[in-house]
Amino acid sequence: MVKSFKTAMTAATLAALVACSSNQEAEDTSDADAAAAAEAAAAEAAAAAEAAEKQKCASAASVFYFDFDQSLLTANSRAALLVQAECLKKYTSSVRLEGHADERGSREYNMALGERRANAVRDFLVLNGVAAADIETVSYGEERPAKTGSNEASWAANRRVELK
Amino acid sequence: MRLIKSFSALVLCVICASEALAQITIEITQGMDDPTPIAVVPFAGIKPKSDDNIRNIVSNDLQMSGFFHSIPTADMLAFPSSEQDIYYRDWRLLGAAYIVIGRVYQDGELYALDYQLFDVLAQRKVFQKVTKGRAEAIRDIAHAASDQIYEAITNIRGIFSTKMLYVEDMNVEGPTRYRLVKADIDGARPEILFKSSEPLMSPAWSPSMNQVAYVSFETSRPAIFRHDLVSGVREQLTNFRGLNGAPAWSPDGSKLAFVLSKDGNPELYTLDLATKKLTRVTHNRAIDTEPNWSPDGKSLIFTSNRGGSPQIYQIGLASGRVERLTFDGDYNARGRVSPDGRSIVMVHRESGVFHIAWQDIASGRMRVLTETWLDESPTIAPNGAMLLYATQYNNQGVLAAVSMDAGLKFRLPSKKGDVREPAWSPFVN
Repeated sequence: MVKSFKTAMTAATLAALVACSSNQEAEDTSDADAAAAAEAAAAEAAAAAEAAEKQKCASAASVFYFDFDQSLLTANSRAALLVQAECLKKYTSSVRLEGHADERGSREYNMALGERRANAVRDFLVLNGVAAADIETVSYGEERPAKTGSNEASWAANRRVELK
Repeated sequence: MRLIKSFSALVLCVICASEALAQITIEITQGMDDPTPIAVVPFAGIKPKSDDNIRNIVSNDLQMSGFFHSIPTADMLAFPSSEQDIYYRDWRLLGAAYIVIGRVYQDGELYALDYQLFDVLAQRKVFQKVTKGRAEAIRDIAHAASDQIYEAITNIRGIFSTKMLYVEDMNVEGPTRYRLVKADIDGARPEILFKSSEPLMSPAWSPSMNQVAYVSFETSRPAIFRHDLVSGVREQLTNFRGLNGAPAWSPDGSKLAFVLSKDGNPELYTLDLATKKLTRVTHNRAIDTEPNWSPDGKSLIFTSNRGGSPQIYQIGLASGRVERLTFDGDYNARGRVSPDGRSIVMVHRESGVFHIAWQDIASGRMRVLTETWLDESPTIAPNGAMLLYATQYNNQGVLAAVSMDAGLKFRLPSKKGDVREPAWSPFVN
């Protein structure tokens, strides 16, 4: 995460430097050279833009939270999933959605709830252009909590879908 | 409720007074509030080469049942081992209603316990029996004796020889994190049947007790496995997209009911284990899960949120007719039918807290049995007198037990890890 951010920064800086130097040298060199340099600069800029976008994808939220006994997506989740949908279409061949529930209630019912949540995320992604065949959903119910402890904070952290 | 109980005890007492002193059913209804004192005298004869003391296991069993108070050996004036050595007056003064004496001897490769039960008030022998077993089965000998004593006095079949399954989460990542354990119902002799780095869920006994079914995530998705306890052979029964869960064996052992969401939605199915024929049972857009068979094998109860909140329903397997069973509260799930088919227990939410509740099916009358919190996974003893469930204590998952009239409550703490999802075995034949 930090590493990819640095890489993006370095690429952007390099592109800027190349663009700068090529401007200075343009007067002394042939048109062909200038064109080649401009092309290289454009390529570098495009790479920088892509790196920036990849960075945006890498930093987009990949965990989505739910209310108790609910599988409705919140407004925040929808906004984050719109970003994820674009990113998935561009950069990812397949994705796994893991649905989870908090520890309250019965375990197998929570398995069903975890699946409902994963399906809600899947349906939203499909609606926004991600191929259904590229999405695998699996429910872990309450078996894999993100946060231990029997309190509201832990329960809220555990009612989630993780995009992997 | 308490009034009704006292009243029935009174009625029974009148009957007992007119017939004989030892009307066995009286002690049951009263015993919950006022356990029957029983003296299990240290057994004479040889001491088997074992850490287990037969007398103490019998004493613990009877004490654990809640119907009895086991008189400490320190209070006993004598340790008789034959009928003529019993001075009833002494035992009556001690408050003992019953006395158990016995002798342990070797019979070839086997150990044998020859034991007798006496009614102190009636001053008569109730029975004399012999139970035998190998050196490694000392606990089985003791539990068999406990079962006989318990049944002779209460008229209810004993459950001390039964077993349980449970899931243990050691909370440390690695290949031994999740364990499926089989143990005696008193927690002794735990045996790990299977361990995995991925979650294990929903263990269920086959009626013959030769096999268990459970959900394992070892394939990175939930799948139902059948595990033969004699051969150790494991077989993956389901591998569908989505949920593969909540296995439940039919009373005749021929079928397994479970939940699949392969058609897009959690639905109940039955699988004929011989022909592998899969039959879909429910057809509803809501969540349908947690099937449990009625004792006659003709219907399933299950959890569904088709009415907006999770409730218990029943479906006839031949008719397909669905009936809602629970109406109290907005969360009733994971029902289990009692052995007589007349009542169910379930996870019930009351004021935001999850308890175990009991409900009479015919009248719909519900009663909350537990006061602990985060209670789940009730499993009923084969004699219908008690249930085991999972709860939390000191931030740890533990098992607990409660009698069906809520008069008795136990906790079964564990030394490490979280213990959950108990499954009480059928009777051992």
